Amino acid sequence: MPVSEQRLLDSREYQGIQQVLGPLIMVENIHNVGYNELVEIRCPDGSERLGMVIEANEGAAVVQVFEGTSGLSLPDTAVCFRGAPLRLSVSREMLGRVFDGLGRPIDGGPVPIAEDRWDVNGQPVNPTARQYPTRFIQTGISAIDGMNTLVRGQKLPVFSGSGLPHNKVTAQIVRQAKIVGEDVSFAIVFAAMGVKHDVARYFIRNFEETGVLENVVLFLSLADAPSVVRLITPRTALTMAEYLAFRENMHVLVILTDMTNYCEALREVSTVRGEIPSRKSYPGYLYSDLASLYERAGLVADSTGSITQVPILTMPNDDISHPVPDLTGYITEGQIVLERELFQRGIYPPIAGLPSLSRLMKDGIGPGMTRDDHAHIASQLFAAYARVKDVRALASVIGEEELTPLDHHYLKFGEAFERDFLSQRDDEDRSIEQTLDLGWKVVSILPREELHRVSEEEISKFYGK
Amino acid sequence: MYGVIGQVSRVLGPVVHARGVKNARMLELVEVGEHRLIGEIMRLSGDNIIIQVYEDTTGVAPGAPVYGSGMPLSVELGPGLIGSIYDGVQRPLEEIRKLTGQFIPRGVQAASLQRDVAWPFSPCVEAGERVSPGQVIGTVPETARILHRILVPPGVSGTVRSVVKEGTYPVESVVCVVRTPAGDEKLTLIQRWPVRRARPIASRMHSTIPLITGQRVIDTLFPIPKGGTVAVPGGFGTGKTMVEHQVAKWSDADVVVYIGCGERGNEMTDVLNDFPKLVDPRTNRPLMERTVLIANTSNMPVAAREASIYTGITIAEYYRDQGYHVAVMADSTSRWAEALRELSGRMEEMPAEEGFPAYLATRLAEFYERAGLVETLSGETGSVTIVGAVSPPGGDFSEPVTQHTKRFIRAFWALDRDLANARHYPAISWLDSYSEYTEDLSGWWKQNGDPEWGDLRNEILELLQREARLQQVVKLVGADVLPDSQRLILEVCTLFKNTFLQQSAFDRIDMYATVQKQVKMLRIIVTFYRLGMKAIQEGATLIKLRRLKVIPDIARMKFRISNDEIEKLDAIQERLEREMRRLGEIYASF
Ligand SMILES: Nc1ncnc2c1ncn2[C@@H]1O[C@H](COP(=O)(O)OP(=O)(O)O)[C@@H](O)[C@H]1O
Ligand SMILES: [Mg+2]
Repeated sequence: MPVSEQRLLDSREYQGIQQVLGPLIMVENIHNVGYNELVEIRCPDGSERLGMVIEANEGAAVVQVFEGTSGLSLPDTAVCFRGAPLRLSVSREMLGRVFDGLGRPIDGGPVPIAEDRWDVNGQPVNPTARQYPTRFIQTGISAIDGMNTLVRGQKLPVFSGSGLPHNKVTAQIVRQAKIVGEDVSFAIVFAAMGVKHDVARYFIRNFEETGVLENVVLFLSLADAPSVVRLITPRTALTMAEYLAFRENMHVLVILTDMTNYCEALREVSTVRGEIPSRKSYPGYLYSDLASLYERAGLVADSTGSITQVPILTMPNDDISHPVPDLTGYITEGQIVLERELFQRGIYPPIAGLPSLSRLMKDGIGPGMTRDDHAHIASQLFAAYARVKDVRALASVIGEEELTPLDHHYLKFGEAFERDFLSQRDDEDRSIEQTLDLGWKVVSILPREELHRVSEEEISKFYGK
Repeated sequence: MYGVIGQVSRVLGPVVHARGVKNARMLELVEVGEHRLIGEIMRLSGDNIIIQVYEDTTGVAPGAPVYGSGMPLSVELGPGLIGSIYDGVQRPLEEIRKLTGQFIPRGVQAASLQRDVAWPFSPCVEAGERVSPGQVIGTVPETARILHRILVPPGVSGTVRSVVKEGTYPVESVVCVVRTPAGDEKLTLIQRWPVRRARPIASRMHSTIPLITGQRVIDTLFPIPKGGTVAVPGGFGTGKTMVEHQVAKWSDADVVVYIGCGERGNEMTDVLNDFPKLVDPRTNRPLMERTVLIANTSNMPVAAREASIYTGITIAEYYRDQGYHVAVMADSTSRWAEALRELSGRMEEMPAEEGFPAYLATRLAEFYERAGLVETLSGETGSVTIVGAVSPPGGDFSEPVTQHTKRFIRAFWALDRDLANARHYPAISWLDSYSEYTEDLSGWWKQNGDPEWGDLRNEILELLQREARLQQVVKLVGADVLPDSQRLILEVCTLFKNTFLQQSAFDRIDMYATVQKQVKMLRIIVTFYRLGMKAIQEGATLIKLRRLKVIPDIARMKFRISNDEIEKLDAIQERLEREMRRLGEIYASF
């Protein structure tokens, strides 16, 4: 349990700082300042900001100021080193409330009474204490349930592009997510980093309409807030989630949006510090840094709760090989990729058939969980849809008339797949049986000899039915 | 032993500077601050040192003491390694869990090998006998399948002065005293070895015996020997970890060291759940009884990640020295390289390509050099095989880690994004992968598989090459314009990909294929091509070939026919030949 660490050092106060550099300040003539220590900064106008020691030297420290450095002056700023890392006051009472990225209420309500104070950086879960996630979450969305199944405790991001309906898809997941045959609902922890007000409003309205708002904790650092606070926001949110999941034994769904904004803030600080850049000027430790967030998902022994993470990120230029989606995909347990081409053709949800993946699908589906034929029909849909892509490419070169009869079958299948299986209304909540039956309906357009990924028994049971 | 040797002067994440240091040695193990966080001296200059710390340095402040140990970072080697799970610096994660619960706090200490377990030891030397490094002084049945041989440590030779009787002993009790010119050496069941140094051997040997993995695309197309090195590069989600898991599960190694280096926690949990339940087809014992796990997941300290592959390979060498064939899975070497980059960056070293330090290539070479088939100091044969996953940014193989790795490995299993997208698993590309070992291993395959193995393999590889060229044509004009003889090639390759190359890791029958199953399946498909081509030349059409009654059985043989009923494959082979003959007779009569 990431219990509040005991105080490491005493708190010490100093008047005056020596340098301001972007979001960083340098403080000199100080003693005994520890790495990662929380810092309170008193501005010339009397207001207070928070920061963190990111480099500790003898007699000097570099402090990253979460709320930015505008308005600070060198002699009139006071700093107080608090002797411990930033800790979040946690309690069940925080459900239904709205906080800023540092965990301070911004909904006009009182400061909740803390049950405990937890270090926002968390601690690594001991791999021997993890429990492998296997419970199927039905989202009611065929492309997810049928082909990229989400399980409880998984970290499954949405890779999107600007203007694509990632918020709509995520909101639908949040509304419809359930464990079939279980009555517990999810508590939701929502963290917004650098997104616009209307995005936050969209989600809040959605939570309201579904009547789950009292089960949601929001941490907002929106586009107009200083960028550095985005670095701490997912950490406060995940600390909240860990408290609810592992102390209060709740099932928690965490939405983090937008991870690309988070990464940009990290790049900004790294550049100001003059660190050696890696790809696209992101720091070389971006992978480890992202892992320190994404790995805070899952199930642990001795707690009956869970953390399921759905981070959202926009791929700059729709480029999936950009460092943010790339490193995310290397850490998360799959990805739901939204595709502009489908979107432009009016298909909702525009979930890309091939690059989407759920790595934990195998243990959450099949006999006793979804249906016996699930793995095979899913694999068959992937294989057939991959062939559709090839046939379409060929048709665009030689013309449809020149295609073989078999290729024509594939074209027909492709259309039906996108129209009947992939597409659905945003209030359409399909059961897993409906999804799988639809899958069979569309593959039945293909001759049965083409179905290599399903068994003969399955063919005789489901093909053409 | 642990006296103060200096004071912290600067803290930059996992990199800590100290000054006023006396008597420090390069690569010495040190402890930092009140929490006594462990670290290693990476640079010495004057009385300043730079330390890489294996734990989170939150709260460490300038002025904090640094304690020396006089020793390099070492691992404990002895009974109890098998079945254990360690972090990157060999801290036992199960024990830590008993101490601190679900999370790993800082500064926890626990012995790598349990002190209170007593092991049955049978000596095999006698007082007065001369012993030298690597010699076996006795054995401990570590698991039902691993007889742990207690070795005279490197550097110790002399005459046995005393040795204990057969009995049970905890790891730290002295079981043998050796009189050496430098005085008496007390040998226990444990020895220590500095992780960054290769353990000594008598000589390297040329390997002609494959490491059988049960994965058809690997064993048949891109085989590796016991003692070989192979890289598995691929973008995210292309199947690196699954390949590592499959080889760890089904390969015919005696011991497997699985290093989860900077990857997911759940993947280690998966191994911890599966391996005790899965049974090794060769020994009928749970796989865990031959496996050592190193788990330094992506959210664990980055400096310990850098150390993890050395911890793993040292344990592997230790079992090799006992005469075992050991397979090391390193998932992922790119995360190790990134740890190196992060530490190097924080030490303010000059970067070379993409921020990696200039010594990246040297370090990679040193690591892969520790693989090999060897004659051990005691004259036994043992081997270390390395299967290293590589995670290139953006899936682009031209990046430094993939490129440098290619210089030091001799087999390359390239994972292909398009195959993975079409859920063709394992997504090992038959066009981009290679094994420079094939020649060395073909003798073994001819003897133990099929006398025609080399020809069958070459024939199918050539067909795959021709198919790739034909596909270029098809992309421009469609398949309809090709003559049946060429369309047969497309047909055979599709069949080969679907039935042979694709292999499901989740299907109970298909997940592992014996050598016999592999060669018989290969022969069936090549026969289909050979006889099919003959039939077409005699006037048969492709449609007729497709409609042979045996085809659906060929398509499903991998799922239908288990490893212990391969005579059914002979029946398929016979039916195929018979049906082809009949087809030939029809056309011959025209
Ligand atoms: N041999 C296989 N059989 C079945 N599924 C596989 C196989 N190899 C890979 N997969 C699928 O691909 C997913 C990603 O594989 P993984 O090894 O985790 O990729 P990587 O380590 O390259 O990111 C797995 O979760 C699994 O669903
Ligand atoms: Mg992997």
